[in-house]
Amino acid sequence: MKSAMSKRKLKDTCGASAECISQVQKILRERFCHRPSATGKLFGIEFQYRHLLELLKRTTLHGESNSALIVGPRGSGKTTLLNHVLKDLREMKQVRGNLLEVHLNGLLQTSDKVALKEITRQLQLENVVGDKVFGSFAETLAFLLEALRKGDRTSSCPVLFVLDEFDLFVHHKNQTLLYNLFDISQSAQTPVTIIGLTCRQDILELLEKRVKSRFSHRQIYLMNSFDFKQYIKIFKEQLSLPAEFPDEPFAQKWNDNIQHLSEDKIVQDVLQNLFHHTKDLRSLYFLLMLAVSAVTVHHPLLTAADLQEASRQHSTDSKANIVHGLSVLEICLIIAMKHLNDVYDGEPFNFQMVYNEFQKFIQRKAHSMYNFEKPVVMKAFEHLLQLELVKPLERPSARAQREYLLMRLLLDNTQIMDALQVYPNCPTDVKQWAASSLSWL
Amino acid sequence: MNTRQQSKLIYSWYGKPMSSDRKLRTTQYKGIIITSESSRTETCIQLGDFILVEGVNADRPYVAQLLDLYEDGAQHKRAVVQWFCHIGEIPQNKRKLLKREISSQEVFFDQVLGYDTDIDAQTIIKSIMVIPLHPGEELPITLNKEQTFYVKQSWDGKCFKALSPDTFSKLKAKKKKGSTPDSSEPFIPSDILTPLKKETESVVQSATKPKNAESKHSVSKSSLAKERQSQRAVNDIKTPTARKKLELSSPTRSKGRLLGSEVLDLLDDDRDAIAPLESAATKRKVTFTSDILGSPPKIPCSNDKSKSVSDTAEPCQRFSDTIRLSPYPKAKDFSEKAKNLHVEDDIISLVGHQKPGTQSPVLTPRSRRTCAQRTSALIAQHISVLNQEDDLSSSDSSYSSSSEEEEEEEDVPCTPEKKTKSSRIFSTPKSSSKSSVHTPAKTPKKTPLPGTPKTPRNATPEIPRRSHAAQKPASVLEEARLRLHVSAVPESLPCREEEFQDIYNFVESKLIDGTGGCMYISGVPGTGKTATVHEVIRCLQQAAENDELPPFQLVEINGMKLTDPHQAYVQILELLTGQKVTATHAAVLLAKLFNTPGPKRKTTVLIVDELDLLWTRKQNVMYNLFDWPTQKHSKLIILAIANTMDLPERIMMNRVASRLGLTRMAFQPYTYKQLQHIISSRLKDVKAFEEDAIQLVSRKVAALSGDARRCLDICRRATEICEFAEPKRSPEIVGMAHVTEAIDEMFSSPYINAIRNASLHEQIFLKAILAEFRRAGVEEATVQQVYHQHMALCRIEGMQRPTVSEMMAICSRLGASRLLLLEASNKYLHMRVRLNLSQDDVMYALREE
Repeated sequence: MKSAMSKRKLKDTCGASAECISQVQKILRERFCHRPSATGKLFGIEFQYRHLLELLKRTTLHGESNSALIVGPRGSGKTTLLNHVLKDLREMKQVRGNLLEVHLNGLLQTSDKVALKEITRQLQLENVVGDKVFGSFAETLAFLLEALRKGDRTSSCPVLFVLDEFDLFVHHKNQTLLYNLFDISQSAQTPVTIIGLTCRQDILELLEKRVKSRFSHRQIYLMNSFDFKQYIKIFKEQLSLPAEFPDEPFAQKWNDNIQHLSEDKIVQDVLQNLFHHTKDLRSLYFLLMLAVSAVTVHHPLLTAADLQEASRQHSTDSKANIVHGLSVLEICLIIAMKHLNDVYDGEPFNFQMVYNEFQKFIQRKAHSMYNFEKPVVMKAFEHLLQLELVKPLERPSARAQREYLLMRLLLDNTQIMDALQVYPNCPTDVKQWAASSLSWL
Repeated sequence: MNTRQQSKLIYSWYGKPMSSDRKLRTTQYKGIIITSESSRTETCIQLGDFILVEGVNADRPYVAQLLDLYEDGAQHKRAVVQWFCHIGEIPQNKRKLLKREISSQEVFFDQVLGYDTDIDAQTIIKSIMVIPLHPGEELPITLNKEQTFYVKQSWDGKCFKALSPDTFSKLKAKKKKGSTPDSSEPFIPSDILTPLKKETESVVQSATKPKNAESKHSVSKSSLAKERQSQRAVNDIKTPTARKKLELSSPTRSKGRLLGSEVLDLLDDDRDAIAPLESAATKRKVTFTSDILGSPPKIPCSNDKSKSVSDTAEPCQRFSDTIRLSPYPKAKDFSEKAKNLHVEDDIISLVGHQKPGTQSPVLTPRSRRTCAQRTSALIAQHISVLNQEDDLSSSDSSYSSSSEEEEEEEDVPCTPEKKTKSSRIFSTPKSSSKSSVHTPAKTPKKTPLPGTPKTPRNATPEIPRRSHAAQKPASVLEEARLRLHVSAVPESLPCREEEFQDIYNFVESKLIDGTGGCMYISGVPGTGKTATVHEVIRCLQQAAENDELPPFQLVEINGMKLTDPHQAYVQILELLTGQKVTATHAAVLLAKLFNTPGPKRKTTVLIVDELDLLWTRKQNVMYNLFDWPTQKHSKLIILAIANTMDLPERIMMNRVASRLGLTRMAFQPYTYKQLQHIISSRLKDVKAFEEDAIQLVSRKVAALSGDARRCLDICRRATEICEFAEPKRSPEIVGMAHVTEAIDEMFSSPYINAIRNASLHEQIFLKAILAEFRRAGVEEATVQQVYHQHMALCRIEGMQRPTVSEMMAICSRLGASRLLLLEASNKYLHMRVRLNLSQDDVMYALREE
């Protein structure tokens, strides 16, 4: 009874119902997760948007063949841009029913044969021939080329080819598919437009000279070329609730809070840090996603602390995290390896060397450390191997004894020291041993 | 075609030389005997007969009339023929002149002068039937489509004319002459019948098999049926040899009316004829002796026969003229190949014999295999159709039959026809699986039934039509853009006049000489090689149409459009003849085609684009391609196009390069003046560009590559930029600024921009790499080393230092855009890093800010 009372009280004070919060979660998560869909907004690529839209419009309206590449680093919004353009294009009256789309992905269509089959399927050409059996690759190619050759500029329906992960198509044998597509785009056949999406800046150098000559050299670059102010603005827009949110007072409150947050020094620091690391919006959304997850009925509004916590999670070092969970013996081994690395300047070591180093430490500090048997130490060492904190130089062979396999440590000194700082209940001797570089003296 | 290859044919003269010409050292003959080695059968073709001659396409032999046969000084057997042409041989555009549907059976009296009428006698396949018709006449319903052709009009290369009365009567006479000996058959003296009897025996023996089968399956067999059978045997008597031979020599089994006349001719002219016949007959006897045992009632049959022959010779002969289908040879063929099929076939034929009206229900349950069941269902359908035809034909025949027996006899000529039809249906799956490799064995090629709708096998798909009409260019810029598109075909190709003339002269001379040759054309991409060649071909085709040049056939292949070099054969063959076969088979067929003298074959112009992709380890594709033109009779002109000038020296073996010859042409990259000229000529009167702008583009492209495509693309892009330029000038004209922007867009290196737009830590990472390179003096470093540098730089800049995970993320992002080259990432800190662009570029990009 009392608890129910207090709950209601709490609810009143917060001014938010459970449905409200779940609504917020739903809206924001959809926004952050389904990025390539055409629902979101475009930031800083209005020029590229117009260029691409005009290009496709000319294809559909005039039947002009074209080819273009959209180049930009990962997460820079290439697919988003294309989806936006296509969505807007489909909404135009003159375009409807005037454009066939073929979507290919270099990760799925790993060879020209597969790609050709997929094209035939997406163009629904296999229905035309009814009982025709698609035999060989050669037949499919001849069949498709014949189909495309038959059309002409004014009467055939234009075809849009979208090649995602374009750089992978370049590795197909002889670049047959690309040659043929570009060749069609440069000859008086069915109007086609080829749009390639890639993150490689050197894509043109990968094209064979004949293919390159047929490519129109239109490149649309997406560079994430916004500054920090715009970044803050994106942050604000992405977190704001839309006007049509059911619970209007809450939405108002939420948006005010976001506005307030965007001016907060701590938040700005967090964002600045992220911005310095990467400008792609995908990581920003990932950070916001972590922060938004913290929003609950009891904690209805986002705070700077939430963002800070999210940022901390976002930027933690994965290997150092593993070190936190190691036993003292394993930590000792890692420290021994660190010393070996210092002494021998990063040369590889084997288990025996590590064991000797560890023994030296034990002899000096016998009172504080329990002396483990060699097999036990070996076991601990193998555990490190499994965690991939240590990596053998070559594959273990049957001949070589395990103790003498050459290894490398996959941790940097700074990582080890940082991990030790936060390692719970670390013996002081071990800490000192780790800190002193000339430990054996 | 396969059978033809398998069984070797021997051609020998028939009779003694009629006359000989001392001067020319030729001797003329009145007939030729074709003997098939494997089947030991022979057929005789005489002057005036209509024949099929081997053509380019094995499925579609040429039709001709044999005018003369002679042996020349070099002992080669030659033949002079009058050609007839199929509708398929007439150019597409001329077919319209006919203004009517042409059946596949109609041929045209060929008066085109260009064709060689003197052919090698060895290309004769067999004799057929050609019937002249008056222009108004309908084609009669024919029972044997492959053996009978009709001629109504003549074709002289330009227009169709009705047959002149002279030709008509000549053709008619030929036909008559063919049938006259038939009528004389009843007057054959009895003693001459003796060789016939021998044959009869053999034939009847060959008929025992079906009989046995029949007795097995249909227990109640009327004596009538027996009699009929014996009668059939009579019909067969006339030419057992020829028939058997024929069906083995060519896949289309039954031989036309020739057979009847031929035998009778043989009979007429006793000495010559009987000797070979007798020998053939005796031979047969030997082979069939084992069979004789099982068939005692043979002799009476033959007696019977001789009577009935005289009775029914007329009608029989009439039918056998047009139809003459022999089930027995077919059956024998089957028995050799598939025993069970053979049995079924016989059953059907015999059942059909008994009751013409009701065969279809009877035969279906017999077949056990699903495939056979399906076909038998088809047969049932087919036969019901044929029954109607029978009715028609029997009502057509004007003679009245007095007795019931005779009525049945009248049916006899029809029934074999039915039987052959059915046997043909049986044979098709077999032959299709044998000859056409593309059709899977499971789906037998069905005989085209009238009125059955089916998707055509070679249907080529089409991209659907657009729902709205394409917009017309509205502004000057849009018009210009349309004209500047690479695909827009200009009326002329400026700046390639010399090359054009050279290629034109080369092909023209070869065409006129009727010889072969090859030419190698090289040049960097975008210099107009393919366009020029196409232009040449277009002009040549124009000339050929105007009769200034002999006609030729164009075949074009592109190495890039083939999935495998060997597919080149398949494509060439398909374009030449329409056949679809496997690569190895196509190579054989093509070699045969180009290496043997083909009569009536046009010169072939073969364009091989992207030649270098036809390279194989053994180079056999290239070798063959360039070897064919050197053959005497090939009439093949090859225009090979590739990018590299020294391709023959670089990648070809000596024997290939030597065959390619030294006729070469190099397309130089366009100079800026030429590019300028190209753009201006395309734009013509459309005033969309400033003169300076065009010059700038031309100079820029000429300096870089001389690629005309690039030039046109830049211009096109410039028009777009101009269109979107904010301050709209009243006369929209592309100026220097627009062109410069377009050039920058296309040619500027993306790296610098990418680096400038990278995040701060990414830039620091690049700096760290530079610092590490400088420290180590090697252009390669591990991530760990770079990380230390990175942290040092962060300390200097007073920035928060990144964790190793964050740094790895930065590193892989730069690697994905290929600013860096990375090793596999499982080495983690020990992964080695290299720059994908020069250090100077990185420094330049980072310093500017």
